[in-house]
Amino acid sequence: MSIHTPHPDLPPPVTSVGAIGWLRNNLFSSPLNTAFTLFALYLLYETVPPLIDWAFISANWSGDTREVCDANPSGACWAFVRVRFDQFMYGFYPESEYWRINLAIGLLVALMVPLFIQKFTRKGLLAAFILIAYPIIALQLFAGGNFGLESVETSKWGGLTLTLILSAVGIVASLPLGIVLALGRRSNMPIVKSVSVVFIEFWRGVPLITVLFMASVMLPLFLPEGTHFDKLLRAMIGIALFQSAYMAEVVRGGLQAIPKGQYEAAEALGLSYWKSMGLIILPQALKMVIPGIVNTFIALFKDTTLVLIIGLFDLLAMIQTAFNDTNWLGFSIEGYVFAALIFWVFCFSMSRYSQALERKLHTGHAR
Amino acid sequence: MSEPTSPKMAVSDDVMIELKAVHKWYGQFHVLKDINLRVQKGERIVICGPSGSGKSTMIRCINRLEEHQKGQIIVDGTELTDDVKHIDQIRKEVGMVFQHFNLFPHLTVLENCALAPIWVRKMPRRKAEAMAMEYLEKVKIPEQAKKYPGQLSGGQQQRVAIARSLCMNPSIMLFDEPTSALDPEMIKEVLDTMIELAESGMTMLCVTHEMGFAKTVANRVIFMDGGEIIEENEPEEFFTNPQSDRTKLFLSQILQH
Ligand SMILES: Nc1ncnc2c1ncn2[C@@H]1O[C@H](COP(=O)(O)OP(=O)(O)OP(=O)(O)O)[C@@H](O)[C@H]1O
Ligand SMILES: [Mg+2]
Repeated sequence: MSIHTPHPDLPPPVTSVGAIGWLRNNLFSSPLNTAFTLFALYLLYETVPPLIDWAFISANWSGDTREVCDANPSGACWAFVRVRFDQFMYGFYPESEYWRINLAIGLLVALMVPLFIQKFTRKGLLAAFILIAYPIIALQLFAGGNFGLESVETSKWGGLTLTLILSAVGIVASLPLGIVLALGRRSNMPIVKSVSVVFIEFWRGVPLITVLFMASVMLPLFLPEGTHFDKLLRAMIGIALFQSAYMAEVVRGGLQAIPKGQYEAAEALGLSYWKSMGLIILPQALKMVIPGIVNTFIALFKDTTLVLIIGLFDLLAMIQTAFNDTNWLGFSIEGYVFAALIFWVFCFSMSRYSQALERKLHTGHAR
Repeated sequence: MSEPTSPKMAVSDDVMIELKAVHKWYGQFHVLKDINLRVQKGERIVICGPSGSGKSTMIRCINRLEEHQKGQIIVDGTELTDDVKHIDQIRKEVGMVFQHFNLFPHLTVLENCALAPIWVRKMPRRKAEAMAMEYLEKVKIPEQAKKYPGQLSGGQQQRVAIARSLCMNPSIMLFDEPTSALDPEMIKEVLDTMIELAESGMTMLCVTHEMGFAKTVANRVIFMDGGEIIEENEPEEFFTNPQSDRTKLFLSQILQH
């Protein structure tokens, strides 16, 4: 018998790993796959270079009038977006007061930065400040009327600012409301349960457009004469209630996935209903449905564009208004591309953040 | 009364648990039929019986994970009624260990143990964590304190579950088949922990088919079938001289292995 000599570690064959191996396995593994790959490459070749040429290479960036763009029709007219940029961001807010919006948003960003810093330990306190004190500060800044700030009616709020305000309010209100509704729907108490079911099914059953329309047109008819109820506030309430019904079902999915043993262990330790929900069940359930929650947030963010129909001017509405400017007719493609870009950046950020959050909260297998 | 197996395992005359003519139904199904049981302080009772005989249901009635519909259950002087105060009072006194451990997977081992003392007993966090560490040392896994349950073996998880219950400083411990989800090599480490607990004078009710454990630790064995207590005896007598045919059949089946 020969003595065993240990084998050295050899590199794998070139054809199975590395770029060539990858190409072979993924793009050219069969004749059909090869045909698809070639077809896809052809499509990319036909679409991407012209798009890049239109959006960047031949694009018109400068100039304050349409003459530049008319002289070079083969490129995008970003001058149009540039000229209108402030309105897209701030709506009809008075130009001299833009700083208030900038300050409010800057303050929010500054407050939120420590939340992402690992070493910072007072996160709970800061989060409470952001959720309770910040909205009051922001409202003072946006609406004015106090502290010598000029009062700005909500009808002048618009553009991206309005989109962000509506989404932030919607997100912050719909999550807790959705959680309460989801718990209500699973409650043993028949009245709590029926109220939750009816609420959820009602709001899920009507389109958001209808909700907004009702809030803006019908509601005032039922309110006593002379009561002033801000249109923006009505839209916010409508969006929050509508999205909370969706949120409730997402959260309920998570609650249902928690094994019965978790409830029993919490009970056996003597934790009350609210403590076992708050400490044991919800942290696990919410973690499980982060993708669904963020999905709902993203839908909410995009749905805010519907406020156009009740006469609020969000980012998209501001852009569409600009199309009617007789000095800049015919640049709707640029406007829509710009809108799409802004929406995409926000939605994609939310999506990435949710993935990072999932990774961070992952604590190994459930059992 | 039964003889204590060792001086350490003394049984006192204080009644810790009393079930009087307890009945329970699941819908039309009569799961518990006229259960009568008195458990004194320091007793170690093993409950066995075929699957579906109502063993789990009975011990789960003692801490109100299940509700009985007829009869009386009195735990350490407090009767179990719909009164939430009574239920809370009893749950503070009674610890429970489950077949599938039921640890909280999103919390570390230490957090699992310190949670109830902090939130139910209102203990300061530091004190609760110090106490949790003490119990983790008792079950011999202090080095796992910072890990998550998902990173532990089954036997380690079950010992954490025992430590978690002990942190509430209960006077009674209920075990529902604590070793039946474990691989053979891990059963011993859990049983050893339970034996130590028995020696410390804890009142224990334990649903298990570990007959070795019953022989060495229990001072009484209860046999259930069809929702009834069929037979009740000291381990020695129970195993060598079973009275009813059903007990004989059951013992012949489990002792074959
Ligand atoms: N929630 C429930 N609803 C209806 N029937 C139930 C429920 N829980 C248990 N049962 C039934 O009650 C009977 C007793 O169940 P129990 O879990 O107490 O048995 P067990 O003696 O613990 O059995 P095992 O050894 O399998 O754990 C079984 O027939 C079971 O099917
Ligand atoms: Mg059972």
